Amino acid sequence: MSAVAEHPHRALGLTDAEYDGICDKLGREPNGLELAVFSLMWSEHCGYKHSRKLLKLLPTEGPHVVMGPDENAGAVDVGNGLAVAFKVESHNHPSAVEPFQGAATGVGGILRDVFAIGARPIAILDSLRFGELDSARSRYLLDHAVAGIAHYGNSVGVPTVGGEVVFDECYAENPLVNVLCLGVMPKDRLVLGRASGVGNLAVLLGSSTGRDGIGGVSVLASAGFGDAEAEQAKRPSVQVGDPFEEKRLIEACLELLDAGLVVGIQDLGGAGLTCATSETASRGGVGMDVYVSEVAQREPGMEPFEVMTSESQERMLAIVTPESLDRVLETARRWEVRASVVGTVTAGGGLRILDRLGGAVLADVPAASLHEDAPLYDRPMARPSDLDARRADDPGAALPAPGDCTADVLALLADPAWIYRQYDHQLFLNTVEGPGGDAAVLRLKAPGLPASDRGLALSTDGNARWCSLDPRQGTAMNVAEAALNVACVGARPVAVVNCLNFGNPEHPEVMWQLSEAIDGMAEACVALELPVIGGNVSLYNESRGRDIDPTPVVGVLGLIDHLERRPPGVGLVENGRLVLLGETQATLGGSQWAAQLHGHRNGALASLDLDLHKRLLELVAALVNEGLAAGVHDVSEGGLGVALAEMAVRSGVGARVVGPSTHVELFSESPSRVVVCALPDAAQEVFRRAGAAGVPASFLGGSGGDRLVVEGLVDVSVADARAAWQAAIPTALATA
Amino acid sequence: MKIGVVTFPGSLDDVDARRAAAVAGAEAVALWHGDADLHGVDAVVLPGGFSYGDYLRAGAISRFAPVMETIIKKAGEGLPVLGICNGFQVLCESHLLPGALIKNHHRKFICKDQPLRIENNRTAWTSDYDANHEITIVLKNQDGSFVADEATLDRLEGEGRVVARYLGNPNGSYRDIAGITNERGNVVGLMPHPEHAVNPLCSSADGGRLFESAAAALVA
Repeated sequence: MSAVAEHPHRALGLTDAEYDGICDKLGREPNGLELAVFSLMWSEHCGYKHSRKLLKLLPTEGPHVVMGPDENAGAVDVGNGLAVAFKVESHNHPSAVEPFQGAATGVGGILRDVFAIGARPIAILDSLRFGELDSARSRYLLDHAVAGIAHYGNSVGVPTVGGEVVFDECYAENPLVNVLCLGVMPKDRLVLGRASGVGNLAVLLGSSTGRDGIGGVSVLASAGFGDAEAEQAKRPSVQVGDPFEEKRLIEACLELLDAGLVVGIQDLGGAGLTCATSETASRGGVGMDVYVSEVAQREPGMEPFEVMTSESQERMLAIVTPESLDRVLETARRWEVRASVVGTVTAGGGLRILDRLGGAVLADVPAASLHEDAPLYDRPMARPSDLDARRADDPGAALPAPGDCTADVLALLADPAWIYRQYDHQLFLNTVEGPGGDAAVLRLKAPGLPASDRGLALSTDGNARWCSLDPRQGTAMNVAEAALNVACVGARPVAVVNCLNFGNPEHPEVMWQLSEAIDGMAEACVALELPVIGGNVSLYNESRGRDIDPTPVVGVLGLIDHLERRPPGVGLVENGRLVLLGETQATLGGSQWAAQLHGHRNGALASLDLDLHKRLLELVAALVNEGLAAGVHDVSEGGLGVALAEMAVRSGVGARVVGPSTHVELFSESPSRVVVCALPDAAQEVFRRAGAAGVPASFLGGSGGDRLVVEGLVDVSVADARAAWQAAIPTALATA
Repeated sequence: MKIGVVTFPGSLDDVDARRAAAVAGAEAVALWHGDADLHGVDAVVLPGGFSYGDYLRAGAISRFAPVMETIIKKAGEGLPVLGICNGFQVLCESHLLPGALIKNHHRKFICKDQPLRIENNRTAWTSDYDANHEITIVLKNQDGSFVADEATLDRLEGEGRVVARYLGNPNGSYRDIAGITNERGNVVGLMPHPEHAVNPLCSSADGGRLFESAAAALVA
């Protein structure tokens, strides 16, 4: 007899110690169905067993937080009786195996998290990472993942208003597809994913249940990738999305919530019905009986464990009182959404799976043990042994100064329009600033909500080069940058969500990276007074034994109190004065210039002063809101050279700059810097306000004309720069 | 004066179309696909979206909705009907307008600000525009390439029934056609989205005149 046949838990990804733990919880050995259920709920994906202890270090509270990280999505109070919910999630592994459906169902899943708490989804942002486009596989993954997001987002009717894309060798086999969704709601519609009221009914809404996605969380999400053949074998674990079903499901669920017909509601995601029933029961401190025969099945002959663990998409579980059942079913009928009673809330806390109402009990386990008792691990951690050597290897010293910085600036420009043109970013008529700017800006409006003149700003950011060299400070810089992006459109940052994309947690270096990154995020969020209201951890991002560089992605929500005009945006104007807020530190450590143009990924990061950064955030938002800035852009990847070039190509206006004197200063990515373009009579006021705020400011030159000139370093026509910027991605994709 | 906006399962731009009708001074009335009663509206908008998921073919299933039976009949009697994007596809599938809309020639969804020329300002929906008025409104579609046989295209041109033409063809539409009308000028199909272009804070405001045209014509 093989070891697996003798120890079936091992084939399901459970350790011997975990198996013993299950026996302790039950006071007996589990049967096959019970074991399958535990293996999913105690997987890394559902149980967060490697990360949960660390995540407790993040600040999650603030005066305006109305829902924190333990629910389907976090939410903040934005005034006028409205709340905004948002969350970001990864769908990395499904997208590596089947990029179109993997990315599409990533969109579907995050939408359900948001409308599950009663919010109408009004915006999507996607944060994407692929290998370099000289690889045919990377081009395929990009093309199909973007098409999948477009397919789902466009047809479900939620605009994709922003995001980011990064091409880096470390993602060649393991792309990252992180999707953020934002929704709005009247504050009193907020609903919890919990069951209550013994005798209440569990109604399954939406798609029928098929054999797709069985074991997705344990097979795909909680293990790395090996060879191509094994990847092909995993393709059936990727679900297939149906945005038309989801659109009807959104409308039906929001109508049910508006009518006050549900006690609690939960989406079905990873681990399907098992997760939804055990989580709602556990959160409500009750039990639940589930009747397998009542679940609409897509094909005959499905086993109970298949029904209970299927990850078929577009399904929601609503807890309703028996009295409101008829109205619930009537609403579902109107939206042509399938609905059936599949369970009953019980006293006692047990999750019982029955073959039918009054039938045989196939499994009986404590719901709370599935949801809350996953073992938590303190995995061994180790600081990478080569880190000191890498930090000491400064690219400014190791690499020759370029003969011509112009060519280097052009090589670092890439217009993401090829991607975002495929997304509807106009639906709902809320989009004031769409994709491509520092942050997306939306009016705070949705059907059926009271009027508000507030605006929302959203940005996602991540930088694995920084985090690879210093995960703690790199992550803090990511938070700082995302907050600065929303400040650049005039918003006050108010809350953070995160998606922590890391390698294999069984590697001590990866656990150290994760721990450091969470510490850095906590430091930055405490200093900037930003609660972390939701998140997602994606581990095992590795292939063939190589971990990705640590890639924490943060999404920052900003509020604009009175959105009366469009923010100035990334651009220059004729006869403008250029002011640099913040100071350039002369270092190329971790810079895009060194990595992308020279394959040099070492060096020390510039230092980050979070107190100064906080003052800068307030200053920039004020300059934008008071109309003192005619153009504004933060300095980030590619440094001042790329920031100035982006302002020039987006507005078609040039500049003559005198600031940076070396390529190190031109391409340095030191944090807390913003270029402000001001009209002559406003420039003095910008300096005065910077002085009052205690933010260093320096004169960079003037804007206007049709050439971008940085004295002694760069000289290019805006038209040529614009052509290079626009051609970068289409040209790379055409190299087939 | 009332403008009705139909909601099919999978309609997405119905709320924006109702808002645009209200901005133009009309009373916006929500019509439901399964209800054949038009509730006394004076004009109808078939909005954009992916009705029935665009499964089978864009607009092919919505064409059989109970509300469409009434709309097809009333359109024959002169009821102003505007089909936007998916609504245009429904009008072609219903044979209220000739031709068809097929997948964009570049095979991808496209969303961008699109310049257009209004070439026929005598329809119920374009009378508020100047002759050859150039406007910019949002284009967003997957199946937006207008096709018809040569004889039909010649006839549309000859009868002045090309309502709007792209300035810079974004999707492979024959003869750059963005919108057409029927013989009577009461039924208009338009691929770009005027309902997303009624507020300068979010986009251009160039689309408002379609709704104002209908509102004005009906009051007069």
